[in-house]
Amino acid sequence: MKISISKIIIFSFTIFFLSVFWQGLKKNNNYDTKSLIGSRITSFQIKEINNNDQYISEVDLKKNKFTLINFFASWCAPCRAEHKYLLNLSNKNKEIEIIGINFKDKKSNANNFLSELGNPYNFVGKDMNGKISILFGVYGIPESILVNSDLIVIKKIVGPIDKDQYNEILQLAQ
Amino acid sequence: MLNNIGICLVILILALSFLIIYIAYHDSKTSKQVIKKSIYKLSLFQITFTILSFFTLIIGFINSDFSLINVYENSHTTKPLFYKIAGTWGNHEGSLLLWVNILVIFSYLFLLFNHTHNKKFRLYTLIVQNILIIGFLFFLLLNSNPFNFIYPIPLEGLGLNPILQDPALAIHPPLLYVGFVGCSIYFSAAMASLISGYGGKLFAQSIKTWVKISWCFQTLGIIVGSIWAYYELGWGGFWFWDPVENASLLPWFAITALMHSLIVLEKRNTLYAWVIILCLLTFILSVTGTFLVRSGILNSVHTFASDPSRGIYILSFLSLMIFSSLIIFFMKYKKENYSFNLKSRETFVLVNNWFMIFFLITVLIGMLYPIFLDVLTNVKISVGPPFFNIVIIPLVVPLLFFMAIGPNFSWIKSKNKFFYKALFLILGSLIINIFIIYFFGRYSFLSNLIFISAIFLILYSILDMKNFFYKRSKFELPRIISHLSFGLLVFFIGINHQFSLEEDFNLKVGGIKKINSYEINFEKITIKEEKNYQVAIGSFKLTNLKNNLVQYLNPEIRIYSNPETLTYEAAIKTKITSDFYLTMSNVSRSDFYNIKFQNKPFMIWIWVSALMITVGGFMQLTLKKNEN
Repeated sequence: MKISISKIIIFSFTIFFLSVFWQGLKKNNNYDTKSLIGSRITSFQIKEINNNDQYISEVDLKKNKFTLINFFASWCAPCRAEHKYLLNLSNKNKEIEIIGINFKDKKSNANNFLSELGNPYNFVGKDMNGKISILFGVYGIPESILVNSDLIVIKKIVGPIDKDQYNEILQLAQ
Repeated sequence: MLNNIGICLVILILALSFLIIYIAYHDSKTSKQVIKKSIYKLSLFQITFTILSFFTLIIGFINSDFSLINVYENSHTTKPLFYKIAGTWGNHEGSLLLWVNILVIFSYLFLLFNHTHNKKFRLYTLIVQNILIIGFLFFLLLNSNPFNFIYPIPLEGLGLNPILQDPALAIHPPLLYVGFVGCSIYFSAAMASLISGYGGKLFAQSIKTWVKISWCFQTLGIIVGSIWAYYELGWGGFWFWDPVENASLLPWFAITALMHSLIVLEKRNTLYAWVIILCLLTFILSVTGTFLVRSGILNSVHTFASDPSRGIYILSFLSLMIFSSLIIFFMKYKKENYSFNLKSRETFVLVNNWFMIFFLITVLIGMLYPIFLDVLTNVKISVGPPFFNIVIIPLVVPLLFFMAIGPNFSWIKSKNKFFYKALFLILGSLIINIFIIYFFGRYSFLSNLIFISAIFLILYSILDMKNFFYKRSKFELPRIISHLSFGLLVFFIGINHQFSLEEDFNLKVGGIKKINSYEINFEKITIKEEKNYQVAIGSFKLTNLKNNLVQYLNPEIRIYSNPETLTYEAAIKTKITSDFYLTMSNVSRSDFYNIKFQNKPFMIWIWVSALMITVGGFMQLTLKKNEN
């Protein structure tokens, strides 16, 4: 077999491909957002759901001691279940600002949802195509992220907030 | 008991494979023109034992013999008989045994039916195929043995995943396996052809039938998988560009390219090297797909319990296959010179190949890029439908035009005689397209191009069909049917995509919701006990306010006990013009149910035209038989 450049290229490509597969096997592939705890949230900008001129960005979060970012939608069943804990949080603890991000929803439905169940949020942002939520590593809603004034994620809750997690949030935000 | 029989049979098959390789190798050195009788006999033993081993496992499943770990993990006494049997291949170990079965069956049939071909070529094919069989048998024995024993014997099994308990899914794996594993035989034949130097036209004839068989089954398997996704997964779609679907498409593109260029090799005795590459590529891509979905590198419904050691084995085997085929190919490759006339059929076959390879590379990149990015930079991304739709759909337009015109060119050289016909038909499709816009009242540039090109292909094929009835030979008919159905498929998918109605909302029992001209009335909910699950059935009254037509839809929420799982069964009303699709899911701690309502036009026609494509393929197979 004569050695030529094209053969070398093909062989190196094959070896490269196979070794990436090899490495891929060693990695744990389960999607896990635990690694996000302790990391800084990325810069973002979200418009208010009813008012396009009003928006919030990471700079605003620095003013708060703690911020709980909650991803919700009117069509999401577990969001209903966790809503009472969010209401309690907003009543009990004034240190936490709660920001709701309305995920892939309709404006009217979201407003109905909040008027029906009460509005625990200091700010409701809209994310109609779900792109902003992806920036936060959200892969299903409801999901909540607790950040401190340095914008470091100190807790991440995948799924609805339950009683234990509610108490934990209260403890963390002392 | 069964486990001993099973393991003995597997070891016997393994021993027979070694023996066949040994005798075949020695036989290839002799100058006799016919293959030794003993090789036939050994192969017959091999195929008998293989099928027996599979039946042993099936018996284990039917009798719920929980002394086999495999049965214990994937079956349950309360399961209906049909799903007990389907459970045999509904898991990793059992499907691997099916895989070995198909390797052996194809090996035997290839030996039996190709007696007119060169002896060395046939023996080498047998040797390579048996090396593949040995590779997979070792994998089966060392890593994924379906006959592993468990003691003490459990009284009850864990059950089969309920979403797999569906008739479409029971036949989906065997179909795909015949399609994908069937490719192994022309992988072996291609290697044998390189080694023995038995190439060209005769080689094309020897593998033609096998390529067609596996093409038909692959196509059918993919369609059945898609039908299952539509009826069972409850998302209302039928193609999601999910990694597994992509993995099944990769070999399909390669085999479609192969099927077309094989005609050139047979008729014009050229493109030999390219056909060999495609033969090798098709099976390599099948194994790559298996590796990706079985190893757990990609997350999907096909990643049974993910186990990295499986991945390591398949990857080692895959690497071995790729390197040995690359080395043999480069050693034996001779440069070919070919010049095709621009206006000849072979040029258009090549055009088909460019498209297929383009689609293949696109899907491959979309599928592998996230893995590469994750491994190399630790960034997790996902490549979804937008990427594939943007890259692939615009190129379907020229493909459809070429599919219409290409087959009308004759070999070597043709004249420009059908230029006016084409022009006339383009005008015709433009007019029909305007009617569609007028009728549905919506417009998108790309989808109109798709409609026009699809209608062009349909009209062109219908004219071909008319010609065929007057003068052509019957061998054109399967091609016309497949191309026509492909045109129809694209057309109906286009309409379906463009004019579907979809709505998500929450509703209480007794609630009413209006969507466009439809009114949905949630009448009641009933709870029932079934053999192996509990079910909540919703009763929905759907009224079309335009003509006061009333229909009843009954979606279900099923609670399976073994293993404990919730599944949502969509209520689907299929009509000739459109499907009504309704799923309901419960909202925890509330009286509301989440309802997803969809109206999808011409859904049934998508299935019909997709199935017609394979009908064309099967027709071609039977026609060839008559000719012989």
